[in-house]
Amino acid sequence: MEPFKKIKAVSLPLMWINVDTDCIIPSREMKQVSKTGLGDGLFAGWRYKDMSSREIDPDFILNDKKYHDAQILLSGINFGCGSSREHAVWALVEYGFKAILAPSFGSIFYNNCICNGLLPIVMSDADITLLADWVVRDPRKNQLVINLVKQIISGPEIMAFHFDIAPQDKEMLLKGFDMIDLTLQSQDKITAFEEKDKKNRKWANSL
Amino acid sequence: MASLTLFEKLWNTHLVSGLGEGMDLIYIDRVFLHERTGSIALKGLAEKKRSLRRPESTFCTIDHIVDTLPGRTDETRVAGGKAFIQTTRKSAREAGITFFDIGDERQGIVHVISPEQAIVLPGLTLICPDSHTCTQGAFGALAWGVGSTEAEHAMATNTLRVEKPKAMQVVFNGELAKGVTAKDMILYLIGKYTVAGARGYAVEFCGTAVTSLDMEARMTLCNMAVEFGAFTGIIAPDSTTINYLEGRPYAPTGENWQNALKDWQNLKTDKKAVFDKKITIDASNIQPMITWGTNPGQVMAIGTQVPDPSPMKDSHRREESEKALGYMGIDPGMYLNELAIDGAFIGSCTNSRLSDLKKAGNILKGRKVAKGVRAICVPGSSSVKRQAEAEGLDRIFKDAGFEWRESGCSMCFFAGGESFGFQERVVTSTNRNFESRQGPMTRSHLASPETVAASAILGRIASSKELTNGTL
Ligand code: SF4
Repeated sequence: MEPFKKIKAVSLPLMWINVDTDCIIPSREMKQVSKTGLGDGLFAGWRYKDMSSREIDPDFILNDKKYHDAQILLSGINFGCGSSREHAVWALVEYGFKAILAPSFGSIFYNNCICNGLLPIVMSDADITLLADWVVRDPRKNQLVINLVKQIISGPEIMAFHFDIAPQDKEMLLKGFDMIDLTLQSQDKITAFEEKDKKNRKWANSL
Repeated sequence: MASLTLFEKLWNTHLVSGLGEGMDLIYIDRVFLHERTGSIALKGLAEKKRSLRRPESTFCTIDHIVDTLPGRTDETRVAGGKAFIQTTRKSAREAGITFFDIGDERQGIVHVISPEQAIVLPGLTLICPDSHTCTQGAFGALAWGVGSTEAEHAMATNTLRVEKPKAMQVVFNGELAKGVTAKDMILYLIGKYTVAGARGYAVEFCGTAVTSLDMEARMTLCNMAVEFGAFTGIIAPDSTTINYLEGRPYAPTGENWQNALKDWQNLKTDKKAVFDKKITIDASNIQPMITWGTNPGQVMAIGTQVPDPSPMKDSHRREESEKALGYMGIDPGMYLNELAIDGAFIGSCTNSRLSDLKKAGNILKGRKVAKGVRAICVPGSSSVKRQAEAEGLDRIFKDAGFEWRESGCSMCFFAGGESFGFQERVVTSTNRNFESRQGPMTRSHLASPETVAASAILGRIASSKELTNGTL
């Protein structure tokens, strides 16, 4: 996983609430047993005019040239709710997004972000709306800077915003850790737990 | 000893170690996979040459994209679907896990067969790379959905790194009115408190209206906890739970069963335990519900008027409602009973168990599906299908004009294969009415199986009362 440090990038405001993972990547776009090949399917239901073609819908913000290289997504509450499909995160990452700002996230989606180096930032709706208003005035020029080490979002002419993130999640993203490797380092704790548990809950361990 | 909630007890029993700042390493007792997301998790493990720590506690089924037409094989109309099925089969064999293949009499939708087989038990932790894993919380287990990478993590380490959610209690007091079901309870709750209402919480459902539900209805209630934004839903085990589980294939036996029963007695919230949030609902007020929008929180009692977004103060919610009404082809103020339907679907991990089919069957018996309505019933598991056929339910469905399918997720979601048509209006017993969930621009209305059956007969949205009150 690529470590996340600091980015300066164009932001794309998709200011809808409850954007579910079926919308982020429709099931029909998951064509292979693979974590890749999903970028083109991102927001397919909104991005293309119909399902059978790839004719782009110019009204959808992702197709606006001003945002073509956006790396930061701004959205409303409960972003990524619904299906657990990690494909939603793989698609966002493959498309080029590195951070998502929303007032809240679907909880499985949030964890999927951390597993894949995509930074989910929780901020108040009012602050995100403020940023979105500023971004749309001139998306190319009004680029946001996200500094994960300092947990600060800033931009020219706007105040800096502090954001919170769980220290373990921050560490994972900063170092680009593989979560499984990390846990495998605590094998002895797991083994100790299992030994005790086998005695305490024999019925649960009788498979 | 401190007073604890059921959730805290489950959490504490599985705590391997604290990771600091509210994050814990939690032991995972069971992992369930399916071909849509499990295939990728198994592949991911194999690619990194990681092995499963306890293959005997890992199970896999084929349910999501397998065809549900009679005589099915690995062929499916889903683009690339065959590869998902075959890769899953191959990886499951290589990983040495228990696999419920097509044609296996135990095959079915993961959240239907796990309880049937007693793979989920009170007091266990169970995860699956599928958001409706919360269904299984109905047994007093801590069961929740994860992503594929987390599923890999659980298989490789038998643990997960989890931020401890807060605890919420939802009490349904009183008694449900006739014709009102667990599906209506959960839709009512989400409608009132929104799809993000339980974000960050593990929800325990309690109260007389919950304890009087049978296990299948309890599963329906917990199934949609994720639609309420919850980490998971749980119901404390009681004699209903124990009677359901006893003697099932993976239930403990002999001394283990006796010890389990002893442990399970403690699986309830202590009298003085404090929840972070509490919601109380008078269940007798709940009426048959139907969604009008594109998320499960956009819901109303059948027979009431579609809300008007224009006076909504919250601009996000107003825009969301307007967008949903546009998508659904519905105007504010409308009565949904006026709307003709194109499709009726009974199936999914929410409502496709034997009791669901029986309730729908009672309405369908001796009646015919309205002309022009495509009606489909997909039993939740091969076992449900067999039992239904043994009771003659298949005949009732077929005589009424329903298609009778093999078990699977089927048109609960549209993966590019079989689906309802462009902008068709469907009344469905599933859990998600998202845009294009059941077909291209398909308009899905979530409801109970009874409501789906009554709507299929009348050819328009209708509650079962319209048929059973003797008016027709
Ligand atoms: S029936 Fe529907 S909601 Fe349930 S597991 Fe299958 S696809 Fe998911």
